[in-house]
Amino acid sequence: MSTFLHEARLKRQTAFDLLFRNLTRISAFAVLALLGAILGSLIIGAMPAIHAFGFGFLSSPEWDPVNEKFGALIPIIGTLVTSGIALLIAIPVSFGIAIFLTELAPRFLRRPLGIAVELLAGIPSIIYGMWGLFVFAPLFADYVEPWINDHLGTMPYIGPFFSGPPMGIGILTAGIILAIMIIPFIASVMRDVFEVVPTLLKESAYGLGATTWEVMWNVVLPYTKVGVAGGIMLGLGRALGETMAVTFVIGNAHEITQSLLMPGNSISSALANEFTEAVGDLYTSSLIELGLILFFITFVVLSIARYMLYRLGKREGQAS
Amino acid sequence: MNRKLVQLIIGIAAASALVSANASQATDITGAGATFPYPIYAKWAEAYKAQTGVGMNYQSIGSGGGIKQITAKTVDFGASDMPLKPEDLEKNGLTQFPTVIGGVVPVVNVLGVESGALKLDGPTLASIFLGKITKWNDPAIVALNKDLKLPDENITVVHRSDGSGTSFIFTNYLSKVSPEWKAAVGEGTAVSWKAGTGGKGNEGVASYVQRIKNSIGYVEYAYALQNKMHVVQLKNRDGQFVKPDENSFKAAAGGAHWDKAPGFYEILTDEPGKDSWPISGATFILVHKTQEKPDAGKEVLKFFDWAYEKGDKLATDLDYVPLPENVVKLIRTSWKTQIKDASGNPLVK
Repeated sequence: MSTFLHEARLKRQTAFDLLFRNLTRISAFAVLALLGAILGSLIIGAMPAIHAFGFGFLSSPEWDPVNEKFGALIPIIGTLVTSGIALLIAIPVSFGIAIFLTELAPRFLRRPLGIAVELLAGIPSIIYGMWGLFVFAPLFADYVEPWINDHLGTMPYIGPFFSGPPMGIGILTAGIILAIMIIPFIASVMRDVFEVVPTLLKESAYGLGATTWEVMWNVVLPYTKVGVAGGIMLGLGRALGETMAVTFVIGNAHEITQSLLMPGNSISSALANEFTEAVGDLYTSSLIELGLILFFITFVVLSIARYMLYRLGKREGQAS
Repeated sequence: MNRKLVQLIIGIAAASALVSANASQATDITGAGATFPYPIYAKWAEAYKAQTGVGMNYQSIGSGGGIKQITAKTVDFGASDMPLKPEDLEKNGLTQFPTVIGGVVPVVNVLGVESGALKLDGPTLASIFLGKITKWNDPAIVALNKDLKLPDENITVVHRSDGSGTSFIFTNYLSKVSPEWKAAVGEGTAVSWKAGTGGKGNEGVASYVQRIKNSIGYVEYAYALQNKMHVVQLKNRDGQFVKPDENSFKAAAGGAHWDKAPGFYEILTDEPGKDSWPISGATFILVHKTQEKPDAGKEVLKFFDWAYEKGDKLATDLDYVPLPENVVKLIRTSWKTQIKDASGNPLVK
């Protein structure tokens, strides 16, 4: 009798265990299936555009909904250029923040400053967009852009990039807003990887008479370079896909201009702007293909980031 | 996995059906589409619910979305700022009728130019938006404004970045008055703009024009009025300069030949009449000709019947222009002949 009971309980537990295991497996695979389904539906949705334009879609600057001629060159350039500007600004600033937080800040300041940086990461992007349009852009147009026009705009070679009407909105503004948005991401990853540097290494360098800068540049950075690169890639991933903030300030014009002060367009803002009112199969399909391209770009960037972080994890504790 | 998913979906659907069944005893009507008439539809719905107890849910997802939703029959009516061509109506078994009229007005931000002071004509406006006229003191603009002192500044053109019925009406007008525009750009809810920068929505264009010096854009009349923007006078088909206001929109609607337009396919741009504003347009409702759920269909028609009867005051309060009486009469007649239930009997008699 008691053996029977025992067996029944055992059976029940085995069944429960099996159920539990399968449930977790379903959850995990559901994510994978979802990813595959999204990719699949993007490809299917983009098919008419792929058939109609082929690879020319990637290199054509045309975007003419009336005559149903579409090309992705302008949004692709806009996405890459705004993200590039964002990185140019965000990397040095984040580096400074991370050095200050790990090496220079007094202990009592580290926590509040660290938390402030992380809170900055939690602000919804639409807030950045509204702030960018209503606060930043007017100030930028009135005080910064005239200066840029007069000084940078007259310089040889780089002049054409910095001359244009001071409107406050455009590629450069979008890049700066993006920089502000990705600084917290890059800075917190940098801080985390700087903290894994063994004290022994740093103190040896200090002991040899190195300055803080020399320690950072010659010891900490070489030791953590892969992790730092991974953090930068994470920031880049966010910058590439950012929609609302960019839509507010980029100016949304399907034009190629050399000047960074002129309005442009990015993939995500083109989607946000045009999807609701896109009539006609080819128009919708071209927008979906834009989405597919963005998916591809972000996927590649994030894979590189993952790979770099993985390599960092393997090498942790070893000298570089 | 599939079965589990299906069960979950059924569960959610059942739960939400329960909730919505509780919320509405009478059959609420649902609609989706254009953003431009959303404020007035919402106001009408509120007043209608107070009087009859029947609610109306309207999602302002954009004209394109509205057309998709009504074609897929997920809503009782669709709404679009751009009338569907008769052949497209036929193809999808739809019929359409206008509800209210609005005007699109060019707005400017030029130092020293008061609201309503600047005069433009169609070809000049088209040249500005084509990027051919780049300075405010261009001879073409000066010729129309001998009494104004116009600055030697670059013009910044602001257009809609999203697809929009407002853009459709505007580009339709430019196509009618400028062959060059028609060849280079054409008409549509989204077009390939030749100059300027894009703002999202009427509010986006309005804020860009207010912020960027020496700019010109176009918005719905209500936005221009509410934001106290500087409008311009336009030369209409009869050669008169008119200011945008309720009367000039009404004049444009009155001059149209609705009775000769199959499916009310009438765009109120460049209409004759000495008072008529040249860039006006009606916004439209789309319903299926054959109603599979005649009860819901009847409620939709009842709602708009009520709106034509009692909604004018609410419309004018929100700066829309109600349809002229004779047009409403035509619409009521069209309901009798166009909209039927599955067995072919008209929904309204």
